[in-house]
Amino acid sequence: MALLKCEDLVLGYDNTVLASDINIEIGTGEYHCIVGENGTGKTTLMKTILGLKEPLSGRIIYGDGLSKNEIGYLPQQTDAQRDFPASVKEIVLSGFQGRLGLRPFYSSEQKKEALANMERMGISDLRDRSYRELSGGQQQRVLLARALCATEKMLFLDEPVAGLDPQVTVDMYELINRLNREDKTAIIMITHDIDAARKYATHLIRFESNEVVTECLKN
Amino acid sequence: MFEKLITYLQFPFVRYAFIVGILIAVCSALLGVILVLKRYSFIGDGLSHVAFGAISVATVMNLTDNMLFVMPATVLAAVFLLKGGKSRKVHGDAAIAMVSVSALAIGYLLMNVFSASSNLTGDICSTLFGSTALITLSMKDVIVCLVAAVITVAVFIIFYNRIFAVTFDEDFSKASGVRAERYNLLIAVIIAVIIVIAMNLIGSLLISALVVFPALSAMCIFRNFRAVTVCAVIFSVVCVLLGLILSIIFSTPTGATIVTCDLAGYLLFLLCGKIRTCG
Ligand SMILES: Nc1ncnc2c1ncn2[C@@H]1O[C@H](COP(=O)(O)OP(=O)(O)OP(=O)(O)O)[C@@H](O)[C@H]1O
Ligand SMILES: [Mg+2]
Repeated sequence: MALLKCEDLVLGYDNTVLASDINIEIGTGEYHCIVGENGTGKTTLMKTILGLKEPLSGRIIYGDGLSKNEIGYLPQQTDAQRDFPASVKEIVLSGFQGRLGLRPFYSSEQKKEALANMERMGISDLRDRSYRELSGGQQQRVLLARALCATEKMLFLDEPVAGLDPQVTVDMYELINRLNREDKTAIIMITHDIDAARKYATHLIRFESNEVVTECLKN
Repeated sequence: MFEKLITYLQFPFVRYAFIVGILIAVCSALLGVILVLKRYSFIGDGLSHVAFGAISVATVMNLTDNMLFVMPATVLAAVFLLKGGKSRKVHGDAAIAMVSVSALAIGYLLMNVFSASSNLTGDICSTLFGSTALITLSMKDVIVCLVAAVITVAVFIIFYNRIFAVTFDEDFSKASGVRAERYNLLIAVIIAVIIVIAMNLIGSLLISALVVFPALSAMCIFRNFRAVTVCAVIFSVVCVLLGLILSIIFSTPTGATIVTCDLAGYLLFLLCGKIRTCG
């Protein structure tokens, strides 16, 4: 069975339907890219799958022993937190919150892993800096490092390369690709970069004017 | 001057006031950090007005122990106000304003119509602004406060990482399987309890000061969550102690003196913060 399955999902807010008849299956090690124009409901789909928002109808089924705390998420924007006093280290570590279990504090392995993830994102020299004093691209990398801490099986990325410079964009795609290949992490990524989507993804979810089309790119 | 302080300190009720003051300072600072960052600064104010309304109702109903009514009523209001600020149609600040003024009006109305007290204005004034002289607390009050404070601090330490995470980014917490609503509920209940207890010391109109000043002051200087939390607690305790001492020496109203100390401390920290970023 798939890790996650959406059945006849209908997305929308209150009375407006954004998209309907969405049927998606996500299996271990798959790489799904969600593409479509602004405002078509890509972020809404992701939030609905994550349970941050109720679907208008339809079901979301977690299968294959995927539990909620094995999911990493990179939100499109965290607008509320512009002046939040938090260091980079504190934020990256908070990625482990779903896996604290009954312990009140993070273990030393988790701290090491957080450090390794900061290294991977090239932000380890920023670790004691305050989040609100970083540039947009640096903040994005901090949030990605946090998502890496949260995940083992599945990573949801809402426009991960928005605001990153070309070199870092390439690095980021490569990094995500490595996670997908080596660690068999399933990736669900929203992007406007159709070339990258075709290059890396195994599946494409396209939001068109009045339907959502799913397409398998590789086998 | 100091003789006066020394003499005062020989009375148990003065020592009780100091103990309760420190305990409340610690708790309100911890909660304040969360509330300020969640953009809920005014919840303290709103809840204390609800508590004022509840006290009036309890007085009118002639309850033997007001707390039995005031505490649950305030807790309910807190849960209502903190819960799903995003999902409801009336948004956070408007809801707080609404609940707050309604409770204040109804409380005053009830007191006015039904109260048998000969000194109504005095009663109301001391509920709103705290008593003019140092409050007289019993051993029981101190124990209640101590228990509440120990629970608050313990909860804060045990759930420190989760509270930070949920306050920083609730969506991420929910996405990674943390029951964010539970922590919001927990915070709401504790806030209500602390507010009701603190109201006696400082009065219901002035209570917001204890909530917002420590957090805001600490945020002027420190840039990470842990430092902000620790600094807020120290700031709060120092201000309350200073306020209590000054109010004894100069015979000023306790609540107003403490708030003035908080304000002075805030301005000082603001200045230090400015100097630091410029220099
Ligand atoms: N909280 C909300 N309440 C009501 N409508 C909303 C809400 N959030 C988004 N919408 C609407 O839903 C539609 C889809 O929004 P969504 O954020 O899912 O778009 P998107 O595909 O992610 O776009 P983008 O490429 O710009 O990120 C938009 O028309 C938007 O106006
Ligand atoms: Mg979007």
